[in-house]
Amino acid sequence: MESEQLFNRGYYRNSYNSITSASSDEELLDGAGVIMDFHTTEDDNLLDGDASSGTNYTMTNGGNISSSTHLLDLLDEPIPGVGTYDDFHTIDWVREKCKDRERHRKITSKKKESAWEFTKSLYDAWSGWLVVTLTGLASGALAGLIDIAADWMNDLKEGVCLSALWFNHEQCCWGSNETTFEERDKCPQWKTWAELILGQAEGPGSYIMNYIMYIYWALAFAFLAVCLVKVFAPYACGSGIPEIKTILSGFIIRGYLGKWTLMIKTITLVLAVASGLSLGKEGPLVHVACCCGNIFSYLFPKYSKNEAKKREVLSAASAAGVSVAFGAPIGGVLFSLEEVSYYFPLKTLWRSFFAALVAAFVLRSINPFGNSRLVLFYVEYHTPWYMFELFPFILLGVFGGLWGAFFIRANIAWCRRRKSTRFGKYPVLEVIIVAAITAIVAFPNPYTRQNTSELIKELFTDCGPLESSQLCQYHSGMNGSQVVGDLSDRPAGPGVYSAMWQLSLALIFKIIMTIFTFGIKVPSGLFIPSMAIGAIAGRIVGIAVEQLAYYHHDWFLFKEWCEVGADCITPGLYAMVGAAACLGGVTRMTVSLVVIVFELTGGLEYIVPLMAAVMTSKWVGDAFGREGIYEAHIRLNGYPFLDAKEEFTHTTLASEVMRPRRNSPPLAVLTQDDLTVEDLESIINETSFNGFPVIVSKESQRLVGFALRRDIIIAIENARRKQEGIMRTSRVYFTQHAPSLPADSPRPLKLRSILDMSPFTVTDHTPMEIVVDIFRKLGLRQCLVTHNGIVLGIITKKNILEHLEELKQRAEPLAPPWHYNKKRHPPSYGPDGKPRPRVNNVQLNPALEETEEEVHLLNSTTL
Amino acid sequence: VIAMWALLTLHRWIIHSGLKICCMLLSTQSTEAKNSEDIRCKCICPPYKELPGKIYNQNVSQKDCNCLHVVEPMPVPGKDVEAYCLRCECKYEERSSVTIKATIIIYLSILGLLLLYMVYLTLLEPVLKRRLFGHSQLIQSDDEVGDHQPFANAHDVLSRSRSRTNVLNKVEYAQQRWKRQVQEQRKSVFDRHVVLS
Repeated sequence: MESEQLFNRGYYRNSYNSITSASSDEELLDGAGVIMDFHTTEDDNLLDGDASSGTNYTMTNGGNISSSTHLLDLLDEPIPGVGTYDDFHTIDWVREKCKDRERHRKITSKKKESAWEFTKSLYDAWSGWLVVTLTGLASGALAGLIDIAADWMNDLKEGVCLSALWFNHEQCCWGSNETTFEERDKCPQWKTWAELILGQAEGPGSYIMNYIMYIYWALAFAFLAVCLVKVFAPYACGSGIPEIKTILSGFIIRGYLGKWTLMIKTITLVLAVASGLSLGKEGPLVHVACCCGNIFSYLFPKYSKNEAKKREVLSAASAAGVSVAFGAPIGGVLFSLEEVSYYFPLKTLWRSFFAALVAAFVLRSINPFGNSRLVLFYVEYHTPWYMFELFPFILLGVFGGLWGAFFIRANIAWCRRRKSTRFGKYPVLEVIIVAAITAIVAFPNPYTRQNTSELIKELFTDCGPLESSQLCQYHSGMNGSQVVGDLSDRPAGPGVYSAMWQLSLALIFKIIMTIFTFGIKVPSGLFIPSMAIGAIAGRIVGIAVEQLAYYHHDWFLFKEWCEVGADCITPGLYAMVGAAACLGGVTRMTVSLVVIVFELTGGLEYIVPLMAAVMTSKWVGDAFGREGIYEAHIRLNGYPFLDAKEEFTHTTLASEVMRPRRNSPPLAVLTQDDLTVEDLESIINETSFNGFPVIVSKESQRLVGFALRRDIIIAIENARRKQEGIMRTSRVYFTQHAPSLPADSPRPLKLRSILDMSPFTVTDHTPMEIVVDIFRKLGLRQCLVTHNGIVLGIITKKNILEHLEELKQRAEPLAPPWHYNKKRHPPSYGPDGKPRPRVNNVQLNPALEETEEEVHLLNSTTL
Repeated sequence: VIAMWALLTLHRWIIHSGLKICCMLLSTQSTEAKNSEDIRCKCICPPYKELPGKIYNQNVSQKDCNCLHVVEPMPVPGKDVEAYCLRCECKYEERSSVTIKATIIIYLSILGLLLLYMVYLTLLEPVLKRRLFGHSQLIQSDDEVGDHQPFANAHDVLSRSRSRTNVLNKVEYAQQRWKRQVQEQRKSVFDRHVVLS
C-alpha cells in the first residue's frame, strides 16, 4: 500500500482524498467529512488567490512542474554529500525510497549493456541476502563469545579451575567422577578462593574470604565496564532498544551502531553480566546484532548510501539478536515486527527470518552451554494443565501487570532524577555503589548469589526424582514407599519452606535493585531480571497451589482431577507463566513474547496459559499507563519517535500546529532567482532551521520547492571549490534556466539539483489527524502548509510531537513537567530583511492557548 | 615517533579485531577434531531402595549412552537392574574445549589491549603530548573540538573524498576524528544527558 502511495505521489500531490482512500475505511469516512467542510468554507479565498497571481505562476514555473515526476531533479552532476543527514536528524523516508527506486531503475536499464553490468546487477540483487547472512553469522558468533565469556567470568567470582583456567565451574567438573548426587557441582579441580587462599573449604573464615572475593570481583568488573564505556564508547551503555526503535523509525544517531560501540558493548556486556548486577544480556544483544548489521551494510552500496534501506537491514539484525538471545528464531522475527520495527515490508520479514535462522544456527554450532541448546534455561516438560489453573495464571498476569506499571513509574522517576539533577554527574560512582550494594546483599542468599540465568533455569525446572536442589526437598510419598510416589504431589519438606523464605527475600531484592540498575552506564538489559522476578513469584504461587491441592484434595476444585498420589500441579510451569507475565508487563509485548517463551519450552500445550497471563498483564499494565518501558524511555529522552500505536483523537487543524506561530517572526524562505550567495549564507548563519521553502518571488510567494540546509551548505562549499568565478555577489537560482543578468555580474550558481521539486504540502485547514497519519504512514520529515499555493508555514515531525505532548499535558495536568534540556543551537530567527506581507485573506482559526514554553520536548535533538 | 606509530597501528588493529573474532571462532570450530574428553555420557540415578542417588560419568559414544553401558559396577543384583535403570536418566553431551579456550583467550587479550590503551589515553598521552609538542598545541587542538560553525561541517563531508598520501597522517587524522566523536558522545551522554539517560 505504501509503495503505491509513493509511486503516485507525483500526481496526487496535495490531494488528501488519495491519501485517505489508501488507508482504512474508518479513517476514510472521518477524513472525507472534514475535507468537504474545508472545501465549502474556503472557496472564495481560493478564487481570489488564483486571480491575483496566476499568470506569474505559469510563466516562471510552468515547464518545470510538468517535467519532473521523480522527487529530486538530480543528475546534472551529483554533489558528494548531498542527500546525507546530520547527527540527530530525522530522515525523509519518502525521499530515500525514491532515491532507491531511481538507483534500481538505473541498474536495470544498464543491465543489458555488458556482462560486467549484468554481474553488477546480480550482485545488487543479492546484496540484501548477503548482508543479512553476514549479520546473522556475526551476531551468532558474538553471542557465543558473550555467552562463554560471561559464564566463565561469572564463575570467576567464586573460584577458578586449576586444571584448566579457561573453564567455568561446570566445564571444570565436566569429566569428573567425584561429583555426588547431592552436591553435583563439587569436584576437586574447582577451587574456591577460600580454598586457594586459606587452604580450607569450610568454616566461617572461608565463608568470609569467599564473601570478600565475591565483592572484590563484582566491584572490579563493574569498574572496568564503566571505565571502558566512558573512555571508548559512551553509546555502549544501557539496553539500546529504545534508541534502536528510534533509529528504525528514522532518526540518525551517528556512531550509535559503529565499530567501537560494537566492540565495547560486547566486551563490557560480559563484564556487566559477570559483576552480578541485576541485569541481563538479551537487550544489549539486540544492539550488538544491529551494530553488526550496520557495519556489514557498509560493504554494499545499496545499503550504505540509503538510510531507508539500511533500516531494513537493521530490522533483520534485531530479529537475529533476539534469535540468539533467547534461542527463539521465530520469536525474534515477531519481536522485530511487534516491538522495534517501524517500516516492515514482507521482503524484510523474509530477510529477518533468514537472519534469525543463520544466527541461531551459528550459535547452535558453537554450543556455548554444552547442552546443545541455545539458552541456558531451556526446559522441557509435558505435564498437562487443568482449567482451574487458569485462575492462578491470571493472578500471575495481574502481578506481572502491576509489577510492570510500578517498575516503569519508579525507573522513569529515577532516570529523570539522574537526567535532571547533579546526581547524574557521577556515572562511575553510581555504578560502583550499585554494584557494591548488589554484591553485599546478594551473596548471603543462594538464589541471588548465582547467575540470574541459572536461577531462572532452576525455577523453571520441575521437581523430578532426579533433582536434588533445595526447592525439591519434599517429604517422600504418603505410604513411605518410593516406588509409586515419585512424581506425585507431596507435602513440602523443610527445604522447600526455607527456599520459600529465601525466594521471597530474593524477590524483594530483585525488584528494588532492578529499578536502580536499569539505566546505569553499563550495558544493561531488562529481560532477564524481569523474567527472574516473574519466575520467583510464579514458583512461589506454584508451590502454594501445589500444597493447597495436596492438603485439600477433596475440595470441589481439586476433586475431579487431582487425586491422591497424582501429579497435578507443576510449579515450574507457574514460574514460566510468571516470567512471561512480568516481561509482558514491563515491555507490553504480547505475540512475540508468547512465541519466545513457547520456543524456550517447546511445549505447544502451554500456549493458552501463557496467552492468558500475558494478555492479563497487558490489560492491567495499560490501566496504569499505556506505554511500555521502551516508549517511556523514548519519551524521557525526547527522541523524535512518532508511535504508530497511539491514536490521534483531537480536532486541531494544521494551521494551529505549523510554524511560525502567530506572534513569531515570519517563515524564513528563499526566492528562486533573486538571492546572492551572500544573502543565502547570511540566512543560513542567522537561522537554525534545517530546511527552507523556495518561493517564486517575494511578490507572488508561490511555492516552488524545498531545499535542505545541509544540502545548501554542501552545495555552496562544493561550488566554491569546483567552479570558477563563484563570488559572494553571485546570483543563486533554483530555476531551470539562469535569470537574465547584467553583463558585468559574476557567474551565477545553479542549485536546482538540491531542490526538492515535490515537497509534501497540506493546506492550512487540513485536520491534524490526517497530517499525523500522513507523517506516520509515509515517514515524512516535514510538510509545508499552503494556502492557495502560497506558503504559510511548515510542520515538522518535531512540531507534531510537541503538539501531541501539549495535548497530553492538557489532558492530564497532574503529570510532572517535562525535563529540561539545554538547546544546542540557540534559536535565532530569520532576518527581517525578508518581511513577507502575510496574506490577509487567510482566516486562521483562533489558536488554542499557547503553552509552548512549557514544552521542552526535543529541544536538544533538532529535527 | 616510532612509539606513536606503533600505538596508532595498535589503534587500527583494535578496531578490526572485533570482526576477526567471529572468523577465528568459526575456523576453530570447523578445524578442531572431536576431542575424546569432550564427550560424556552422564547418568543420574535417583535413590533406589536403600541405595543413595549416584551420578555416573563415562566417556562413551552416543549409541552406547545408556544405563547398561555407563553404570558400572552395577550396584544392584541382576533382577533389579531393569527397575534401577528405568529410573536413571542418561544424557549424552558434547562440548568443544578448544572453542572455549580460544574464546576466553581472545576475550582476555582484547580486554587487556583495551585496558592498556585506556591507560595510555587517560594517563600517558597528556604527559607525552605536553613533553613532545609543548603546551600551546594541546590547547589549540582542544579548541577545535567545540567548533560548531555551520560551514565547518561541509569541509568535513567534502574532504572525505580527498586522498591523503602520507599513511601516518591518515592514521593520525582518523584517530583525531575518532577522539572528537567520542568526546561528542561523552558530552551528550554524561554532561547534557540528551541520549541514553
